[in-house]
Amino acid sequence: MNLLRFGLVLIAMVSIIVVKAQENVNALIQKVNAKIEKVNDYTAEGKMKTKVVFLKVPVSAVKIYFKKPNRLKIKNEKGISFVPKGAVSINISNIVNGEKYTALDAGMDKIGNTAVRVVKLLPTDDNADIVLSTIYIDEANLLIKKAKTTTRENGSYELEMTYGKYSAYGLPDKIIFTFNTKEYKLPKGITFDFDDGESAKSNIPRGLNKNKGQAEIIFDSYIINKGVSDAVF
Amino acid sequence: MWNLLQIELFKISKRPRTYIAFAAIAAIVFIFQFAFKADGQSYMNLMLQSVKDSFEFERTKAINGYFMCYIILNTLLVQLPILVALIAADSISGEANMGTLRLLITKPISRTQLILVKFAAATIFTILLLVWMAIISLFFSLLIFGADDMLIFRSKGDESQILLISQDDVMWRYLAAFAYATVALTVIAALSLFLSIFADNSIGPIIATVCIVLVCTIISNINVPIIDKNVRPFLFTSYLVGWKGFFYIATTEDGVPIKGSVENWAAIRNSLSILLLHIGVLLGASVFIFRKKDILS
Repeated sequence: MNLLRFGLVLIAMVSIIVVKAQENVNALIQKVNAKIEKVNDYTAEGKMKTKVVFLKVPVSAVKIYFKKPNRLKIKNEKGISFVPKGAVSINISNIVNGEKYTALDAGMDKIGNTAVRVVKLLPTDDNADIVLSTIYIDEANLLIKKAKTTTRENGSYELEMTYGKYSAYGLPDKIIFTFNTKEYKLPKGITFDFDDGESAKSNIPRGLNKNKGQAEIIFDSYIINKGVSDAVF
Repeated sequence: MWNLLQIELFKISKRPRTYIAFAAIAAIVFIFQFAFKADGQSYMNLMLQSVKDSFEFERTKAINGYFMCYIILNTLLVQLPILVALIAADSISGEANMGTLRLLITKPISRTQLILVKFAAATIFTILLLVWMAIISLFFSLLIFGADDMLIFRSKGDESQILLISQDDVMWRYLAAFAYATVALTVIAALSLFLSIFADNSIGPIIATVCIVLVCTIISNINVPIIDKNVRPFLFTSYLVGWKGFFYIATTEDGVPIKGSVENWAAIRNSLSILLLHIGVLLGASVFIFRKKDILS
């Protein structure tokens, strides 16, 4: 009887702790969201480096346009650029504010020297494209340092952010966006290539594998809340 | 020697078949330009079919003058040897056919000079053909489609790659590519000249040149390991597409193209040396045989 009573008390305590943790996590996300919400739109200038096994493209000067709720466009002002299709999730509010979700506290972790709260976001809508998001929040500064998203249709994405002078708005100075890629194959017999005698050395960029690509954007400047024309998108 | 060259060039300019080559190139290039202007997106979709779900990029920007010229050269430089053969294979056999060869060698010029002049005239024709091609395939394409960064689609072993060259890094590559193509096509001119020594009419050497080029091109592209290893390196046709080497830009460890660089200079130098060796051997053999030839026609 005593054992049963002890069990019930234990369950009740764990439930209280879980509910309390849940409330804390929700409050934390609300705070992060409130910070991000300060930005209605922005135009940013930066440099984009794309690392994909089959793609050899130069570092390009890009302009990034954002407008609430989730419109994001990356444009190469000069020349051609390959923009990963999932790059829309570069917009953090798309993750924490895009769809209804249940937030679960997954404990603490470290990114570099910063202690971060790990939060898992499970969409409540069964038909949502995002299956699971895991975000790593710097609680002291209310900044999302990292986000991992698994989607139903478009594979998995990972975002790593470094903050600087625009951290008050929750806008990063640098983003590393990792995404899934398919193998690229040219249709046979139409290129008549010059065989230079070298076998195809697999020159996979550092830190990647054949099925992963990476886009790194270093932001030089932001123009925040000055309006962005709908025509841009 | 200069006078003799002028006479040879005059003779070439008076032959209607000379202009067939220029007209054929213009027709093919204009058809390409029209087709890509009308529906270049379909070609781009074909080339990017396996990545179009993963990336967004401006297809209209990708079909620009530089890209068009590359596509045209890729197609035409395989056919161009036939057009060079039309003129170069007529050099000696045409004279024999008209009965002017005996008359020609009675003039106070050596047979070696005669062969060298014929070869020089064929080379000048080849250069003019390529200049014409550069004007209409590169400069006309730039006028029609504009200039932008250039995409190169490449198969390297089992891998496929997409290279992007900044537009300010393209023009020198075309100059180098056309210079290389001049050397490559001069091999065809030397081969045609060599074959024309043995014939009394032009048709034989023209057909023989075309057949040799076709057979060797097929063997060069057959992709059978034993042939690739043992036969291919010895065929001049394996090096005709070496001009593409100038567009295979070197990259950093992160896969970022290095402006002004070429991935494999050694391979280009090697190919160029082999082509020059072919020219030397074929020209030398032409001189040697023609000096000993009993001219009966």
